[in-house]
Amino acid sequence: MRELVILSGKGGTGKTSITAALTALGESLVVCDCDVDAADLHLLLAPTINESYQFSGGHEAQIDPERCTQCGECLELCRFDAITPDFQVDPFSCEGCKVCVHFCPAQAIDFLETVDGDYFVSDTRFGPMVHARLHIAAENSGKLVTVVRRKAQEIAEAQKKDYILVDGPPGIGCPVIASLTGAHAVLLVTEPTVSGRHDLERAAGLTAFFKIPTYALINKCDLNPQITEELIQFCEERNFPVLGRLPYDPVFVQAMVAGKTLPEYTDGLLVEELKNLWQKLQVALQKTAQPSI
Amino acid sequence: MKIVIASGKGGTGKTTLAVNLAAALGNQAQLLDCDVEEPNAHLFLPLVQGQNETITALVPEVDLERCNFCGACGQLCQFSAIVPLEQTVLIFPEMCHSCGGCYLVCEPGALRERSRELGVIDSGLSQEGVYCVYGRLRVGEAMAPPLIREVKARMDHSRTVIIDAPPGTSCPVIAAMKGADYVVLVTEPTPFGFHDLKLAVETVRTMKLPMGVLINRSDIGTAEVKNYCAQEAIPVLLSLPYSRPVAAAYSRGQLLVKAIPGFKEQMLALFEQISGRRQGS
Repeated sequence: MRELVILSGKGGTGKTSITAALTALGESLVVCDCDVDAADLHLLLAPTINESYQFSGGHEAQIDPERCTQCGECLELCRFDAITPDFQVDPFSCEGCKVCVHFCPAQAIDFLETVDGDYFVSDTRFGPMVHARLHIAAENSGKLVTVVRRKAQEIAEAQKKDYILVDGPPGIGCPVIASLTGAHAVLLVTEPTVSGRHDLERAAGLTAFFKIPTYALINKCDLNPQITEELIQFCEERNFPVLGRLPYDPVFVQAMVAGKTLPEYTDGLLVEELKNLWQKLQVALQKTAQPSI
Repeated sequence: MKIVIASGKGGTGKTTLAVNLAAALGNQAQLLDCDVEEPNAHLFLPLVQGQNETITALVPEVDLERCNFCGACGQLCQFSAIVPLEQTVLIFPEMCHSCGGCYLVCEPGALRERSRELGVIDSGLSQEGVYCVYGRLRVGEAMAPPLIREVKARMDHSRTVIIDAPPGTSCPVIAAMKGADYVVLVTEPTPFGFHDLKLAVETVRTMKLPMGVLINRSDIGTAEVKNYCAQEAIPVLLSLPYSRPVAAAYSRGQLLVKAIPGFKEQMLALFEQISGRRQGS
């Protein structure tokens, strides 16, 4: 079993459309959506939910006004400014560190488990899917990503699937790190804009930091041919192969509106290019070693 | 006034709006780049003068000579950042939230604070006279919110503060939005844009902030976004149709207020609208 993570650094480069297209082209795979705070893959894959689980990632402090003596100890100790001057806990600021709970002389602070989201095991027309929904303004997105990936791994092993495709979140922080640690390879979807190039460099820095074999796909490559050349050069310097180039094409949005993956919605050169991409990815993935973590 | 530019979905045009709005306002504006994981504002508004600071978080370090291996630090730590064993103490600095609890519970005083680099903050003036504060998370660092809070700590309350937020709806977005006077949600009228807009609207409502929507590439996709905003009584502040010259100027890192005739006036009108709505609310 090989796990491929689709990332980009920058948002809106086409990660989810590409993940859905690869899901449609591949056989014997489990797909999972690790962009847990703005998940979109289900809009193209229309999963039927079979199992649904509540996800609890941490705790939150709550001051009981009956027991509270307003001594101010918690205000002084909290490093997150989460205690308001009238001795309430601001849930947006509380990180669930338990310091106030532990040191409250009146033992007036309760430590409640938070429910941060839900995750689902589903069927799609292309096979099993694991996806999630982080609750609005919730914390612990990285932990939820880890739970989603672990579930996908269980299913892939039980059903002897060859591949796991992971649709990753934008950025390079906590949920991205949780999406890629221990994966076999990363596909970076980029675009030829100054922002796309800048964010690709940072995302590539992250995959190098975690020593994960990295491949690139340049989307909307005709938007700026000069930067496309620079991207190719950058990838060569960093020793990661560019496995494909796709032109800007309104068919991405049209397929999305139709609720279909690209290979279902259209044919022609774009789909040929995507088929090539999947062929090359399969070869690349077979060559990767089992990661150590 | 503090205006946050946010969106659920990435790549809808947050940074484009933030830098062009700030550039249109010139020296009246301060721009904070709170998308510290993938900061892009500096590509459009490079600093001509300024300073660079390294921002750190405090993490524990153990003095094994003093440690009595009581285990209290490990019991308190909620983040598995400090794991006391029989004869040693394992510390995972990247897991640490810097709450300070372990030092407080350590009776023999065996823990010291040392710093872990979160990232850097560049601040200074752009050519347009905009005062900018740009946060940049260290590659490999997981926690964006502490750095976002440091960027916001450099806010100049005497100016119109424009905050470029990260995508999504979780803690980094909350850290960027907290304390704002108005939120502009940038979206595109595609199914992904629409779905993520609804999540972003819920986030802003949870935080009880006034908001308006900017529909970018307004002529692609469907009318769902427009209809939804009408139903939910969320003002659509501006609709910008897809334009190849705009996309090309953006790809090169150009400011649209300079490259596209009439764009500066659109930005100033948008600002007037936000000011008016805020006073009316």
